Amino acid sequence: MSAVQLFRTGDTPRPDVIILTHKLTREYDMGSELVRALRGVSVQIQKNEYVAVMGPSGSGKSTLMNLIGCLDTPTSGEYWLNSQKVSDLADDELARIRNKEIGFVFQTFNLLPRADALHNVELPLIYAGMSARSRRERAAHALERVGLGNRMDHKPNELSGGQRQRVAIARALVNEPSILLADEPTGNLDSTTSQEIMGVFAELHHQGQTVVMVTHEQDIAAHAERVITLRDGIVATDQARAA
Amino acid sequence: MPFFEAIRMALQTIRAQKLKSGFSLLGVFVGVASLIAAWGIANGVNRYMTEKFAQTLYGVNTFQLRRQPMFTPNVPDSVWRAWRRRPRIRFSDAEAISQGLTVPVITAWQSSDRVTVSYANKEARDIDLTAASERYFDIKNLGIAIGRPFTGEENRSGAPVAVLGEAVAKRLFSERAPLGKSVRIGGVPYRVIGVVEHQGSILGFPLDRFVVVPALSPAQNLVNPPGILDAFLVKAHSDLEMREAISQAEGIMRSRRHLRPKQDNNFALDTSEGVQRFWAGISTILVTVIPGIVIISLVIGGIVIMNIMLMAVAERTREIGLRKSLGARRSDVLRQFLAESTTIATVGAAFGILAGIGLTFVINAISPLPASVSPASVVLGVVMGAGVGIVAGVYPASRAAKLDPITALRQE
Repeated sequence: MSAVQLFRTGDTPRPDVIILTHKLTREYDMGSELVRALRGVSVQIQKNEYVAVMGPSGSGKSTLMNLIGCLDTPTSGEYWLNSQKVSDLADDELARIRNKEIGFVFQTFNLLPRADALHNVELPLIYAGMSARSRRERAAHALERVGLGNRMDHKPNELSGGQRQRVAIARALVNEPSILLADEPTGNLDSTTSQEIMGVFAELHHQGQTVVMVTHEQDIAAHAERVITLRDGIVATDQARAA
Repeated sequence: MPFFEAIRMALQTIRAQKLKSGFSLLGVFVGVASLIAAWGIANGVNRYMTEKFAQTLYGVNTFQLRRQPMFTPNVPDSVWRAWRRRPRIRFSDAEAISQGLTVPVITAWQSSDRVTVSYANKEARDIDLTAASERYFDIKNLGIAIGRPFTGEENRSGAPVAVLGEAVAKRLFSERAPLGKSVRIGGVPYRVIGVVEHQGSILGFPLDRFVVVPALSPAQNLVNPPGILDAFLVKAHSDLEMREAISQAEGIMRSRRHLRPKQDNNFALDTSEGVQRFWAGISTILVTVIPGIVIISLVIGGIVIMNIMLMAVAERTREIGLRKSLGARRSDVLRQFLAESTTIATVGAAFGILAGIGLTFVINAISPLPASVSPASVVLGVVMGAGVGIVAGVYPASRAAKLDPITALRQE
């Protein structure tokens, strides 16, 4: 990990910093009480880093992940993605960012149950406005990349958990996003399958993909080269691991 | 996302969610079909009444001189009692008008009552016996199926001849030929000389249960006191001539009754307008209440559809969240749901129109209610049915599409 730029409000991040959050907070109004899930998180992640975000439940790690993935909007603070200040963007621009820049892998896979693997992987390309033919080719290629070239016409319920997560990974990668985000990607998988999926992530990282994943399992986090630990909505530790 | 992509996506979803799509489609279908059918009944009855009923009772360009109007909705008792005190219409009144009118017309006398007609050991009860003059058949447009009507000569001489309604002929003679047979009316034998063509029914009331005999035949004593008529029928060639004839007849009657200028008529000159006015009162109820009930049921049905759709969309909030997380804009989601609802609503409405029109024809064919399709009901049915279907599909989707993707994704 190279020297971290000291970032102040009003600055722009350095070009090799792909993710930068500055004093990011997220509060939920739960009626009777205000839940402060993030209390000012400032992190910087550079291109081709492989980062694990850890922390006990309720520490805010998933909230951080959703903010980085533009699935949620911060209460205050700045979020820069690829030198673009995302925290200011309107709804439609956010949709474009989610479509082009971010590949999100969920713990529960989140596949369309009635659509086959190919159509599931195609979805981001539809919203990118790609033509039907090149869509099919790209989606098929993405499925081949995760080793599911022979399962394209299978519906999610005809696939094993590991295969479903591979479909989800193929979907996340199909638009060649700047970052691959994974929220507990192995949370619903047995340990053998988890190792398989970690193998896929390692391979992607090796090919130059920036990967950020949330996990609460030490042995999963061990695959990453840097571990950020959150506690009570703030960064507790941030350290590189021996690869 | 291009529009055809939205349609393709919609068709995929509809195919995948057959049950839900089926229910929504059914809702629109039933709503549109029932609106068209119910409106068709109201419309048909109304048209029938204004066009056919009035003319069946009165005939075209025809007026009747009566003691009081035939159709009298909501008349206060005092008026009714005053009418009952009026003098009756006499043969001599009819003759005076016949001679006094300068407009070319045809006229007929008419007096009616319910009687029993018998042949051998068979009886037809509750038959409308009309003692009329020979032009009655022309004015009432009663075609003769077999035999002939009676002549002016037979009328004046009071010949005991009878022309039967189709139902009476069937009842008394079954398959045998009625002509020349002798039926008994009030103990007097009448020779059957003709049978009138099938007249059908009005709103379920049969129009074939009658017998017509000459006005001066012995049966005149069964229908009225001597020299008294129920009605004097006058038919002109045109509406204009009819109005002229009415005003002449009014003058003649007023002078015969010695009415002073300020006195009201103590007789009625009744036209089909009267019955149409009477009907207009009922038809307002018919054409507002029936479709009103249907519209209420459509709205209730719409709420049910909306509920099904709302539930379906709630189930699909996660799908919306997922699509947004993959880069769908709000407009993409809306377009997809719009295409979906529009497809369902269009198909439902199309089948609804076909079924509604079909149902209207079936009702017309097998029930006594005359029904005919009203174009307005088709338009309204489509607008309401499709509108409800589309709004019910798009509104909840638009709400879900406003959520942050993660909020939508986490919704159960």
